[in-house]
Amino acid sequence: MAGHSSTEQDPGLTLTTQQPVAQQRIVDLLQAAWAVFVKDLRIELRTRYAINAMVLFAACTAMMVSIGTTFIGLRRTEEALLIQASLLWIALLFAAISGLSRGFVHEEETRTLAALRLAAPALAVYLGKFLLNLALLALLGLITSLLFIVLVRVQVGSPLAFLGMLAAGGLSLATSTTILAAIITRASFKNALFAVLAFPLLVPPLIIAIQGTAATLAEGGWLPALPALQFLIAYSVAMFVASLLLFRFVWEA
Amino acid sequence: MDIRLIVEEVAASYGARDVFAEVSVELCAGETMVVSGQNGSGKSTFLRLLAGLQRADAGQITYLVGNEAFDPRDAGHLIGWVAPDLMLYRDLTARENLRFFAAVRRISLDDQAIDEVLARVGLAGRSDDRLAAYSSGMTQRMRYAYALIHQPPVLLLDEPTVTLDERGAEVVDTVIKAQRRHGIVVIATNDPRELRYGDLVLEFGGT
Repeated sequence: MAGHSSTEQDPGLTLTTQQPVAQQRIVDLLQAAWAVFVKDLRIELRTRYAINAMVLFAACTAMMVSIGTTFIGLRRTEEALLIQASLLWIALLFAAISGLSRGFVHEEETRTLAALRLAAPALAVYLGKFLLNLALLALLGLITSLLFIVLVRVQVGSPLAFLGMLAAGGLSLATSTTILAAIITRASFKNALFAVLAFPLLVPPLIIAIQGTAATLAEGGWLPALPALQFLIAYSVAMFVASLLLFRFVWEA
Repeated sequence: MDIRLIVEEVAASYGARDVFAEVSVELCAGETMVVSGQNGSGKSTFLRLLAGLQRADAGQITYLVGNEAFDPRDAGHLIGWVAPDLMLYRDLTARENLRFFAAVRRISLDDQAIDEVLARVGLAGRSDDRLAAYSSGMTQRMRYAYALIHQPPVLLLDEPTVTLDERGAEVVDTVIKAQRRHGIVVIATNDPRELRYGDLVLEFGGT
């Protein structure tokens, strides 16, 4: 077709470099994943489906918690820190769930899945959606934490460790919710399946994230939170690898 | 391109209802097959099987390019699919849609090439409009742009002229004639006028 541009004879349909095939495939896959991410981000910024739902949920939760339990933020006992961490992750979880499934569900609702399936490699779709969820969770984590610090008067004893725990917890949430959303989108009995799958996938990392976050609210630095951090990173890696292996079957079901 | 489509004893059903069974056919580059039949006879399902968007209950579909065989689910790069249930991103412009699909297909497609594709389907000058603002006929034209950007050797057209005006039908006629020169065309239709395209007509039974 006229106008395609590239460096070889049949422009547009051929690779532009002499890199080894496997390496080129990985580069192609990552570039396709980036295209999916940019497309989803562009649509999200225009429609604000996920961002509005997530921020609204986070703000409402922080506000409601602040009304009755501000005194908890002022206490520094182990139990009080655990309650603060629990409330923070409850707000994060529900805000995340209200928005993170949008990536796949929106494709299903707008019936664009077939066009995407035909054009994009399955792994590129997964990676693109995962990147978007990760970006949204990073934004959500920061907003929710700031709201809790301001409204619930949560005091962060070890800020860097706290940020690390938010990042690790967010990573585990993103890996779980991305594959969950994909499975649910392709399933016939969405609601029942969501309940069955979400509980075992989301609860273990959340329990650890709550314990780890409570440790970072105290003034002990990185060390008390390190086991939780290690668990969350290991969980995320395992879930990510499992998702990479499973996604094609889910996508083509 | 030396391409062949081989369909061997393919069957499809929805629950307990058999849609069709034991369909076998073979097509080479330069050939066009028209699939006809009344509503519910399985024409669209057959095209979805050929596109790899649905699994057959029995049988096998293979695309042969030279000596290399592709399952339809791995043949997205070989297939251009146009169908009423093909939806593109309504919140993106035509240009953004084509740029995105070119990117995930790893095709280098500059703005001029996008304009050319859109002009070819009669959407010149509307490239920066969001698809949400398109009429149903323009949406159908956009489906052709989506299906043609990677110059696929196989074109699967389900109700190719649905919602199109006379000029749109002329665009489809041009696209089919151009495709027949180097590739395979499969058309699912109820329109008797479109039977003329077929070197082969596959008639599906009713419900």
